[in-house]
Amino acid sequence: MYSAIVFLPLIGALIAGLFGRWLGARPAGLITSALLTTGAVLSWVAFYRVGLSGEDARIPIMEWVRSGELQANWSLRIDTLTAVMLVVVNTVSALVHIYSIGYMSHDDSQPRFFAYLSLFTFAMLMLVTADNLLQLFMGWEGVGLASYLLIGFWYHKPSANAAAIKAFVVNRVGDFGFALGIFGVFTVFGTISFDAIFASAPDHVGKTMEFLGYQLDTLTTLCLLLFVGAMGKSAQFLLHTWLPDAMEGPTPVSALIHAATMVTAGVFMVARLSPLFELAPVALQVVTGIGALTAIFAATVGIAQNDIKRVIAYSTCSQLGYMFVAMGVGAYSAGMFHLFTHAFFKALLFLGAGSVIHALHDEQDLRNMGGLRKSIPLTFALMVIGTLALTGFPFTAGYFSKDTIIEVAYARETEVANWAFWLLLAAAFLTSAYSWRLIFMAFFGKPRYDEHHVHPHESPWVMLVPLFVLAAGALFAGYLGKDYFVGEDYAHFWRGALFTGPDNHILEHAHHSPAWVVWSPTVMMVAGFVVAWFSYIAVPSTPAVLIKTFKPIHAFLYNKWYIDELYDLIFVRPYIWLSRQLWKIGDGRIIDGLGPDGISARVIDVTNRVVRLQTGFVYHYAFVMLIGIALIVSYFAYVYWAQFWKGY
Amino acid sequence: MTGWPILSTIIFLPLVGAFFILVLRGDDGAAIRNARYIALWTTIVTFVVSLLIWRDFDASTAAFQFVEKRDWIGGTITYHLGVDGISMLFVILTTFLMPLCILASWQSVESRVKEYMIAFLVLETLMIGVFCALDLIVFYLFFEGGLIPMFLIIGVWGGKRRVYASFKFFLYTLLGSVLMLLAIMAMYWQAGTTDIPTLLAFDFPPKMQTWLWVAFFASFAVKMPMWPVHTWLPDAHVEAPTAGSVILAGVLLKMGGYGFLRFSIPMFPLASADLAPLVYVLSVVAIIYTSMVAFAQEDIKKLIAYSSVAHMGFVTLGVFTLTAQGVQGGIFQMLSHGIVSAALFLCVGVIYDRMHTREISAYGGLADRMPLYAACFMVFTMANVGLPGTSGFIGEFLSLTGAFRINTWVALFATSGVILSAVYALWLYRRVIFGKLDKPSLAGILDLDAREIAVLAPLVLLTLLFGIYPKPVMDVTAVAVDKLIADYKQDLAAAMPPQLAAAEEK
Repeated sequence: MYSAIVFLPLIGALIAGLFGRWLGARPAGLITSALLTTGAVLSWVAFYRVGLSGEDARIPIMEWVRSGELQANWSLRIDTLTAVMLVVVNTVSALVHIYSIGYMSHDDSQPRFFAYLSLFTFAMLMLVTADNLLQLFMGWEGVGLASYLLIGFWYHKPSANAAAIKAFVVNRVGDFGFALGIFGVFTVFGTISFDAIFASAPDHVGKTMEFLGYQLDTLTTLCLLLFVGAMGKSAQFLLHTWLPDAMEGPTPVSALIHAATMVTAGVFMVARLSPLFELAPVALQVVTGIGALTAIFAATVGIAQNDIKRVIAYSTCSQLGYMFVAMGVGAYSAGMFHLFTHAFFKALLFLGAGSVIHALHDEQDLRNMGGLRKSIPLTFALMVIGTLALTGFPFTAGYFSKDTIIEVAYARETEVANWAFWLLLAAAFLTSAYSWRLIFMAFFGKPRYDEHHVHPHESPWVMLVPLFVLAAGALFAGYLGKDYFVGEDYAHFWRGALFTGPDNHILEHAHHSPAWVVWSPTVMMVAGFVVAWFSYIAVPSTPAVLIKTFKPIHAFLYNKWYIDELYDLIFVRPYIWLSRQLWKIGDGRIIDGLGPDGISARVIDVTNRVVRLQTGFVYHYAFVMLIGIALIVSYFAYVYWAQFWKGY
Repeated sequence: MTGWPILSTIIFLPLVGAFFILVLRGDDGAAIRNARYIALWTTIVTFVVSLLIWRDFDASTAAFQFVEKRDWIGGTITYHLGVDGISMLFVILTTFLMPLCILASWQSVESRVKEYMIAFLVLETLMIGVFCALDLIVFYLFFEGGLIPMFLIIGVWGGKRRVYASFKFFLYTLLGSVLMLLAIMAMYWQAGTTDIPTLLAFDFPPKMQTWLWVAFFASFAVKMPMWPVHTWLPDAHVEAPTAGSVILAGVLLKMGGYGFLRFSIPMFPLASADLAPLVYVLSVVAIIYTSMVAFAQEDIKKLIAYSSVAHMGFVTLGVFTLTAQGVQGGIFQMLSHGIVSAALFLCVGVIYDRMHTREISAYGGLADRMPLYAACFMVFTMANVGLPGTSGFIGEFLSLTGAFRINTWVALFATSGVILSAVYALWLYRRVIFGKLDKPSLAGILDLDAREIAVLAPLVLLTLLFGIYPKPVMDVTAVAVDKLIADYKQDLAAAMPPQLAAAEEK
């Protein structure tokens, strides 16, 4: 069954990819959707078996790489952590496949689209079922490939191509750290299989290893290297720049890859490696810090964006920061819980945004929307549900998972965690503000689109039904899951899939947080709503006034803290410049100039002076060149022999 | 072993084919067609026969197999052949690529077809000979002999600047070779034999090892090519006909790496240990420097040529770490690069045949009219950037693992190559395949035809197969590599002064 879950999408990808042109668009979509739906149903069965009945499994498939002591096999590791991811990935993927049948119905290359989507799902499943670091890495880069292909799906658009390359390259920067981490793990542990690493990890506490000439704490170094990979994939601060640009891809892709599944791979990785991270407290502090910084940074940027998808993209970035804070304070299950609920409501928001874009014929700018609640009421209702869940309205999914993270950050009582707590609270306010701003700008007020030419229409049922399912998840996933993920059934549910040290009682502490801490996120949510309501409904002139008054701050936020510009200045341009210099000067003038060209030129000069004969035939020059080389070689040979005979 | 001299058979089968083409009469269409078919069938038969070696190869021993030995000149130089786990797969790689080369030249070569086919068949004989030779002189003859047909292929059937390119190629490689010849002579005087298995067991004095190592290094470094003696390669590739580039990248470059494994490391272990840091530095420079230069290129073939240099940097790096992962990774990287870069050059050939230009800016938007081509090119591009699941990943990953165990700085710099390779490879793909197809010259361009599919399909399959299931290759090389490393360590330990060795023990 587990093999079927993992390989059904691959079969779908192959069918759609290889035979799509003969099958036609509709069958390709139906076949892949049917396979994925089967996979999703099986995943829930697996979730029941593994999570609730406690039947873990290891399924070897075949040998992959073996060299010396290094050994990595293809195999499936099924425990609760995997089962949670299987459910998330396959459910969202199946819904996105179905939704895409409607959303992509006017596109010429649908088989290619479905092939990529299924390929992505397969790679993601390889990632979450990995039993060793190498297979994890393979899935990791595999989802990167699928993401690259899907971002650049509309390859006629230069902006899509640029975004695709950016995504791949920035992810590679993360993978660079990840790869070094794997090399390091192998060098230290002599293995890259999870069980063996986890078993011997406690022996390495407090030991040091040589890295770049320094003696550094082994586990901290390794965890930080691996975490660089997680930062790339999960778009954490400094390596986040690719995620907003990735919105160039079709909207279902954004929902599946850049909100619900792939970008959470970094969180999953930290959870999977919790037996390592738990023993490296310094690394965990870094994780907390980066997570909190990302959460607040992305939220500030999100509030100033006008593209509906970019707002949600920055929101994703910010929510991933929340998850990392949970990981960093040692509440891995809280992070996984938020990952689980976030998948539902964020996919809902993205697909809802897709429905809006669809209704307005590819209009993405919030400034050109308005008043849509009357023309597309179902989409409006669904988007509101997603927003409620995201902002943590009581008893929706986000209320349980996000508030838990804020509480654990408070309960951790280290300096970094304390900072993280306040930053997350501020981010919660901003989250509510930008989410309601989006709703108000899109659905309220007067229509700002061209009413004579654009007549917004509700999306077809094939697109709306997946939204209903996701909406149900956004409303109830938190309430249903809280006992298992972070509550009483914790031990029974996770059973060692997540490792926490004997002194780690963070969840218990969090349950006894003071009332003001428990209520603070809700207060923030209400405050954010009020601010958004005031600015966009009550006194709609407020934003213009604010922008005018705080012009530099707005420009700073609107331009995403100028990080792209900074990278362009310190990485991209120098790289292009230096590449050309190395080619023209390094290779051209220095190596060739002093080497073959130089020698032949000198030889020709000399012969010209001596013979004073210019024939102009290239063959003659070449001949002269050869003679010259022969002379030089003979000279060196003579010197060499002379030395040689002296020596013996 | 059986009495049938299988290595000689596959070495000389191509010559038989060449002979038949030579005696073909006339220059009319029929004769030319016959020449093509003779060449194709010869190479296919050679490939099939060479597969028998793989079938009968005993992977559990590091000894030379299929050995043939006959007296040749004056009782000292023997015609001695054999393969082990390190060389065997290079023979298969050569015979595998040849039929694809012939097919790739089916229509693009129109002048002097008979001579072209003869040159290729002779080249095949010489290349297989290099990997089978177990006598230094025999090795040298094959090694240097290979220069001549390649020189002719570039010089006669090449592009506009073919004379410049072929001379540059010839001079660089000849310079290295002369030093190697001197070293071979010195070795003969020292050891009294040119028999490779005997020399492998012979201990050269430490000081002499350094000189010999440097002399061999000069030759192999040019062949690889390593930075800074790489500048002949882009020119040679650009001017060579497609099939010439395929052989150059696919097989000729591997002779350098093979030479390190066969001669430098086992025969001069002390010098290898001393000079390994030099190799690391040159490899790291090659990886970073040529990856950057590749990014700046305006010519598709030059870009791929520079990326070859960068990929060979992983090979030299891995091999000289002398860890199981590093050496096996280096060998795997060579085989994988033999498939992938050959495929990339074939891909360039496909569009060159249609448009007769290699300028990147002349293309764009090919995905619209050439979806199959775009898909194949994507597979090879991903293999080139070392995506897991393609053959390119295994070699890179293993050699970098080896590097990390030896020196983390080296590993850090070398691993940055995975970022840089993505930059130039995706940039190339974007400019050629993606974008709008708005150039009028491209409006009528056709997708792959049956012949081109027949050429590229096996390469796509192998690229993926060896990425997912590299076991067949790893099994062949494992024992031989283990022995190489064990011998190396033993030699080092033996040469270490006793008190140092004792300190090491503690």
